[in-house]
Amino acid sequence: METVLAFVIGILFAVGIYLMMRRSLVKLIIGLGVLGHAANLLIFTVGRLTRGEPPLIGKHEEVLSGTFADPLPQALILTAIVIGFGVQVFAAVLIKSAYRIVGTDDLDEMKSTDETQP
Amino acid sequence: MLYAVVSGFGAALVAPLIHQSVRRWSGWLLVLLPLALFGYFASHMEQISDGEKIAFAYTWVPSLDVELAFMLDGLSLLFVLLVSGIGALIVLYGSAYLADHPQLGRFYAYLLMFMASMLGVALADNLITLFIFWELTSISSYLLIAFKHDYESSREAAKKALIVTGAGGLALLAGLILVGIEADTWTISELASRKDVIQEGGLYLPALLLILVGCFAKSAQFPFHFWLPYAMEAPTPVSAYLHSATMVKAGVYLLARLHPSLGGTDEWHAIVTGVGGLTMLIAGFIAWQHTDLKKILAYTTISALGILVFLLGIGTGLAVKGAMIFLLVHSLYKGALFMVAGSIDHETGTRDIAQLGDLAKSMPFTAVGAGLAALSMAGLPPLLGFIGKEIIYEATQEAHDLLPLVLTAAALLANIFNVAAAAMVTLKPFTGQAAHTPKHPHEAPLAMWIGPVVLGGFTLAFGVASNLLLKDFFAQTVAAVYGKPYEVKLGLWHGLNTTLVLSVVTLVAGGLLYAYLRQILPIVKPLNVGEKLGPDRLYDIGFEGILDFASLTERFFQNGHLRYYLMTIIFTLSSLLILTMTTQIDFDSIQLNVDDVLLHEYLLAGLMIAAAITITMTSSRLMAVAALGVVGYSVALLYVFYGAPDLAMTQFSIETLSVVVLVLVLYRLPKFKDFSTPRSRARDGIIAVMFGGLVTTLILIITSEPLQSRLSPYFAENSYVLAKGHNVVNVILVDFRGFDTMGEITVLGVAAIGIFALLKLRPSSRKEE
Repeated sequence: METVLAFVIGILFAVGIYLMMRRSLVKLIIGLGVLGHAANLLIFTVGRLTRGEPPLIGKHEEVLSGTFADPLPQALILTAIVIGFGVQVFAAVLIKSAYRIVGTDDLDEMKSTDETQP
Repeated sequence: MLYAVVSGFGAALVAPLIHQSVRRWSGWLLVLLPLALFGYFASHMEQISDGEKIAFAYTWVPSLDVELAFMLDGLSLLFVLLVSGIGALIVLYGSAYLADHPQLGRFYAYLLMFMASMLGVALADNLITLFIFWELTSISSYLLIAFKHDYESSREAAKKALIVTGAGGLALLAGLILVGIEADTWTISELASRKDVIQEGGLYLPALLLILVGCFAKSAQFPFHFWLPYAMEAPTPVSAYLHSATMVKAGVYLLARLHPSLGGTDEWHAIVTGVGGLTMLIAGFIAWQHTDLKKILAYTTISALGILVFLLGIGTGLAVKGAMIFLLVHSLYKGALFMVAGSIDHETGTRDIAQLGDLAKSMPFTAVGAGLAALSMAGLPPLLGFIGKEIIYEATQEAHDLLPLVLTAAALLANIFNVAAAAMVTLKPFTGQAAHTPKHPHEAPLAMWIGPVVLGGFTLAFGVASNLLLKDFFAQTVAAVYGKPYEVKLGLWHGLNTTLVLSVVTLVAGGLLYAYLRQILPIVKPLNVGEKLGPDRLYDIGFEGILDFASLTERFFQNGHLRYYLMTIIFTLSSLLILTMTTQIDFDSIQLNVDDVLLHEYLLAGLMIAAAITITMTSSRLMAVAALGVVGYSVALLYVFYGAPDLAMTQFSIETLSVVVLVLVLYRLPKFKDFSTPRSRARDGIIAVMFGGLVTTLILIITSEPLQSRLSPYFAENSYVLAKGHNVVNVILVDFRGFDTMGEITVLGVAAIGIFALLKLRPSSRKEE
């Protein structure tokens, strides 16, 4: 499965980067989101995939035994998901305010913070 | 002796407070410190004259061999007496000169800080300690030049002085360290005994060159001389003290101090004599072409410093004696003349000698001081200047190893310029016809005329009774510089010889130059190419070049286009990745293993790819957001399949929230638009696909290697034992890496505050501002 995911992640990275290089603000936010998914999956895959064995210690046991999914990448990704959400929402609101004030969503047109004449 | 040095810094701290509390009398109160220091050092005069040396050392940084080591010998005593003595007169003078200035307290603070630093330079017996005090003098000089900081010209002048002397200081530090390494000691008084080791070592030439750059920059030698005339932007008391009598002599001091250990080689003779000679001629030549009193004095100061360096370069016993006597001569007369120039400026409102005349009647005391100083400057008997000039001529004629004829001619020319300049700064303002000045001239207050008169008096007394007052002391001073004992005889009458003839020629030629100045000036004007081609211009060009380079790189890298930043990042990252891959990785070991993939996993992967491609193709915002949601939910499903239930739950809820927020926000934004041209889309597409391919390759390489993790087993074993938690992922987040989670919560909190503020921001509220 790692091999398949390697290609999926590559495509997600390509899409994310491509969208972020567009001049439209909306595409920038969506690209940011795609890039976030790609990065999370990258960490997940590189930490190796284990089917159906969550890292939970049984009721009467003291240590994890047998095969189990690696808990470390999961902890990293959990943090990344939440932070990524924060960034995305902040960016979305920022862009909305910027659009309201500057009157364009073309990044190349956003050269000053002055309001446009109505 | 440490207290003697530190007291100045301490006084600098409290000087503004003292000034605030006693106001009018602060000058008379603060002058007590330099006076006390002068007395303290003068009380050692007899001991030093007997050939004793007084040394003190305090441990400072023992691991680096840096000591607060101080030593008082003939050379340092001469310097500390000049620094504290003239310092006392300048404090008084400044108190009257700047009496109405609101920042007078700060002026005292800087001045006392400078005095303490200068005492440190003269007394230091450790190379590093010396350097630290050396830099402190540069900094206090900077503060004093920029004292009138609301004028741009002052700030520029201060910056120029700081950059030139600071750059020289760096060279000096490097040179001193090289000397220290070669000699294997940081104590200056031990260097002389290791002269052979230093001079035969391979580091001698670089060390000498670096130290010379430092000394030349500090003492305004060609080609670093150009900062000194600008430094005249400082209030005149500062010019008198720092930029003629004391600080600029620090370079000369260091040359003299290191002469026994570094001097006497061919390189020393060639460079030091050459640069000094060039400086004294160029600056002397420029001096009498100006009409601003301070400019004339500034250039004659550079010229005099050139003479000192020139003599130290020759380095014979006689030349060293000449240098030390002339150093005293110059400090006395130039300090006095600068104070006179300041008084004239203060009382008449102008410093242009063309607008001045017949001030002797209205300013009699100042005129007496000026007259004595100028006579000494011109080298007339019975003043000390005459003795100084005679010794200089004797020394140049006697320098058989070098080129006595050339040296004597150069010294003669420099002294002729000096005589003319001396006549200009005193004869013109004080005699002749009265001229109309901006202010009605009257005598300066006592605090201002006492300085020139005292210094003039010393010049006269030393001249008349030179042998009695100076002989024993200067024998020690010269010995400290020369490196071995040297018998000093001083006197006005040396018999009827070539030297006397040269003195007469100097006076006559200088007098003629002054008398026919108006006819000569137009002839020499075309010779002044320095303004267009000189080092000052080079400095300006270099400075502009640095700024241009900075704005060029800024425009290139900070171009304001997000996609170019991204491209730069991607390009750098890709280059590094490709470089590592091609050199370190065996591509044959990559395994493409798809045997264990189940059907629904293929479907999920296909769904993600299809959704991702839809995002790039669609022209509808809602479609793009929905497709993004599909990618997110697919990722969450993948987490479900591969044993990460926590991730899956988080991802499901976050994804739902994201889609809701995006739809709400995007609803207000304009439709998806294609701003870019097909060409730039193709370019970005190629870049993106290449980067994606690189990431794929990277993952394949990594997953083909066996995974080695020491952390995961640790967490598996200790989550319950140490943290009593069954869910290992949760234990890592809230316990093992609890601080990270706290940081994460903080980030979210900040983001929430930011979002709230952005939503509250109304365009109308901006208009009210």
